[in-house]
Amino acid sequence: MTPALKTTDLTRSFDIGKRLFGPPRARVHAVNPMSFEVPTGETLGIVGESGCGKSTLARMLVGLLPPTSGQIEIEGRALDRADPAAFGRLIQYVFQDPVSSLNPRKTIRQIIEAPLRNLHGMHGPALDARIAELFDAVNLRPEFLSRYPHEFSGGQAQRIGIARALAASPRILILDEPVSALDVSVQAQVLNLLAELKVKLNLTYLFISHDLAVVEAVSDRIAVLYFGSLVESGPAEKVFATPRHPYTKLLADSAPVVGRPLGGAQSGELPDPLNPPLGCAFATRCPRASDLCKRAIPELRVVEGDQFAACHHPLAP
Amino acid sequence: MSLFLRLLFRNKLAGFGAVVLGLIVVLALLTPILPLHPPNETNTANRFLRPLSDGHLLGTDHLGRDLLSRLMWGTRLSLAVGFAAALVAGLLGATIGVIAGYFGGRTDNVTMRGIDMLMAFPYILLALAIVAVLGPGLFNALVAVAVVNIPFFARNIRGVTVGIAHREFIDAARLAGMGNTRILLTEVVPNIVPVVVIAMSTTIGWMILETAGLSFLGLGSQPPQADLGSMLGEARAALITAPHTSIVPGVMILLIVMSVNLLGDGIRDALDPRLRSGALSRPMAATRVKRAEAPAPKGDGLLRIDALETQFHVGPRIYRAVNRVSLQLDPGECLGLIGESGSGKSVTALSVMGLVASPPGVITGGAIRLNGQDLIGAPYELLRSLRGRKVAYIFQDPLSTLHPLYRIGDQLIEAIRVHEPVSHAEAHRRAIKLLEDVRIPNAAQRARAYPHEMSGGMRQRVGIAMALANDPEIIIADEPTTALDVTVQAQILALLDDLRRSRGLAILFITHDFGVVAQLCDRVAVMYGGRIVEAGPTPKVLAAPAHPYTKRLIACVPELGAGRRALAAIPGLPPAVDDLPPGCAFAPRCEKARDSCRAGEIALDGDARQVRCLFPEVTP
Ligand SMILES: Nc1ncnc2c1ncn2[C@@H]1O[C@H](COP(=O)(O)OP(=O)(O)OP(=O)(O)O)[C@@H](O)[C@H]1O
Ligand code: SF4
Ligand code: SF4
Ligand SMILES: [Mg+2]
Repeated sequence: MTPALKTTDLTRSFDIGKRLFGPPRARVHAVNPMSFEVPTGETLGIVGESGCGKSTLARMLVGLLPPTSGQIEIEGRALDRADPAAFGRLIQYVFQDPVSSLNPRKTIRQIIEAPLRNLHGMHGPALDARIAELFDAVNLRPEFLSRYPHEFSGGQAQRIGIARALAASPRILILDEPVSALDVSVQAQVLNLLAELKVKLNLTYLFISHDLAVVEAVSDRIAVLYFGSLVESGPAEKVFATPRHPYTKLLADSAPVVGRPLGGAQSGELPDPLNPPLGCAFATRCPRASDLCKRAIPELRVVEGDQFAACHHPLAP
Repeated sequence: MSLFLRLLFRNKLAGFGAVVLGLIVVLALLTPILPLHPPNETNTANRFLRPLSDGHLLGTDHLGRDLLSRLMWGTRLSLAVGFAAALVAGLLGATIGVIAGYFGGRTDNVTMRGIDMLMAFPYILLALAIVAVLGPGLFNALVAVAVVNIPFFARNIRGVTVGIAHREFIDAARLAGMGNTRILLTEVVPNIVPVVVIAMSTTIGWMILETAGLSFLGLGSQPPQADLGSMLGEARAALITAPHTSIVPGVMILLIVMSVNLLGDGIRDALDPRLRSGALSRPMAATRVKRAEAPAPKGDGLLRIDALETQFHVGPRIYRAVNRVSLQLDPGECLGLIGESGSGKSVTALSVMGLVASPPGVITGGAIRLNGQDLIGAPYELLRSLRGRKVAYIFQDPLSTLHPLYRIGDQLIEAIRVHEPVSHAEAHRRAIKLLEDVRIPNAAQRARAYPHEMSGGMRQRVGIAMALANDPEIIIADEPTTALDVTVQAQILALLDDLRRSRGLAILFITHDFGVVAQLCDRVAVMYGGRIVEAGPTPKVLAAPAHPYTKRLIACVPELGAGRRALAAIPGLPPAVDDLPPGCAFAPRCEKARDSCRAGEIALDGDARQVRCLFPEVTP
């Protein structure tokens, strides 16, 4: 079966210190060659720390940012030209900050109408019927349609954001930290809604978050990013329970958990992107680092079954 | 709109400006139908008639023309030219700014360099040069004035557009299939219109003045046509012998420019959202206190908060952000304060040192005792000497306490020397020591870095070092790790825990994360709707929560290591603190709620283990 989403050697670099004429002063590789697949109906969770390339990857996948090289395939069709309108019917984005993703000077109806009119040429009664259906799907009351974004709480605004994304009838949703701006008690409302919609509409999700426990709870598979590269991927129940890459282990140990003493407090920071290390990017922080690690970049390969890690000396389970 | 007018007229000067300008505009509009002499009718026999002479209310000029009539026609013309110039400059400048700001990159670079070049010329020189090229005439003067003002608008609007172009709703519009033109017209422009209006209303006065200036030099309106500038220019020769010919147009220019500027400032203030909520006055140095009397101390402790009430008075609304909160902190102890957004955690913390912004904040009751001394209503001098020395704060965003333009070492030295008269060398030595204490590698070298040169985690360490600078007894940390990554968060928590043990610090730790509380805090207090609903030793509260809210909130937090699962949610929303229900604030969301829960005040029961609920989950 063709996967819903497939990337092949997708990369993106940015020019730093652009000049009016001539070449830029330096280049930073925000996303190193990245290949993965998401089968239809599954959720791929993506975790990593700030600056590791999560959002760059997400923006490429929806066509907001052209890749430097590599390919994106959606349901077997390659999408190479970064054109949000072409991508829009297949893949949509739910933003982190629910309030700033809604134009403060438009009513909710105008916001939801935009994708329906522009991407599907809908109007008249069909448009109204579809809006009512969408609002019903995200449990919002129809009288909200004539209001403005500032009148809503974070959780409600995020549901409006989800309704807007669904309006395009996409096959895939990219959820970029969809609940991190919300209160814990409201967070679960939105997550459960997303889970319901996925089954009902047979959607495929890419769920990006820095909250490991949330990612683990909602994902089928999890991919861990570090410094622009995929360092580990595997089934959700295994990745944090039995991490194979030392960085994943550090992440799992650092998460504050009730009933566990403070731990995982290890110093060290991300390498300088302008001056990337020769070998493994984690070597300066890694307790298992060897000479080989400092010389050669480890490739992502199978460790056991369907768990992959990019490490010369993966951990035993 | 009516809100806008109300705000505008709250500012008395702006109201005055509006009335004066309104009168002038109405008179200028009515000029053609008023019974006036024709403005260009000469009568050399009646030269330089004084004001109030027969048939000529304001007298006549050097050609015997009626001054009142010329004044009215001149005002009409000057106003029209000024408004037109402002409109042209505003529209063209805004268009350039929007395009440069939205497309960015090379488009931006090229246009803005061009604008910079225009700005490099002295203002009036540029206008003169333009008129010199185009030839004198009122229309050309208008063009010149508009052109010299375009850069101002372009720069302003570009800045605002850049901010908007990076907002998420622009990306969302792209994904909804809109093209650049549509996005510019329907998403960007509506958001910058207020800025354009503000910029126009504050510059139109200058443009009227500049046009008058060009006419005064004979480069604008040509005789016999009157505008205010040319009237002044023609009157110059008779300045001494017939001063009224200069005074009349002069006073009119003064009135117009003054009223336009007053009104413009008023419009700016009324449209600026930052000035909208509060009054225009400066915030006070310490929170305002309006308290009947201090409650008797209920015990001792390093810091004792008794029945603290802090409110925000915004118009007719009263937000009860902190509602009779009592807490106690002993030396070396870490107390966690946990709750959802808006539950009043931060306001409680800021009230301790009178840091809640006033207006609108008011402390309306309770006592805050530091070593037995009540801080509420204490003189500002005392509070200032205690801030930092006894009680220090760490905030979520360390940038809010660090000055972006000074090296962190110098800021630490400054912080040390505010409270202690030590030599610079000694302070420097201590600053380095502090940086080492918070585990900043290479402290001596890092002390020379600026805040923006450090990562978020490093900056938060500096924030902690600043808080430790004067060896405080208490640290109040308001979500210090919320903005940080998990691995960095673990480092900062371990650091705080260490410092607490090695220095005997007492910490009030504010967070919304149960995991963090469990790892760091001895005791925890749970807040909901401005009240403490449960408090007790951390392990007991987490293992057997007594309040239904605590219990269900804990259930909402997914724990790592359990794999894929459905999550518990609490339906509904936290209450708005300006409209709290009677009785239990959690009742609308509580499954166990009964009529008695909604009837009246529910007390916080218990001693070491407290709960505010009629039907607790466990008996504490
Ligand atoms: N300047 C202000 N003017 C009016 N109301 C305010 C102001 N500052 C805070 N409030 C109100 O006081 C209440 C408590 O706010 P507070 O900042 O203490 O919440 P918090 O528990 O710290 O939330 P968070 O987790 O979001 O930081 C809120 O309802 C808020 O709307
Ligand atoms: S490759 Fe080497 S340095 Fe990198 S994570 Fe694996 S063991 Fe550590
Ligand atoms: S007092 Fe009543 S409504 Fe409030 S938490 Fe207890 S049981 Fe629920
Ligand atoms: Mg707060």
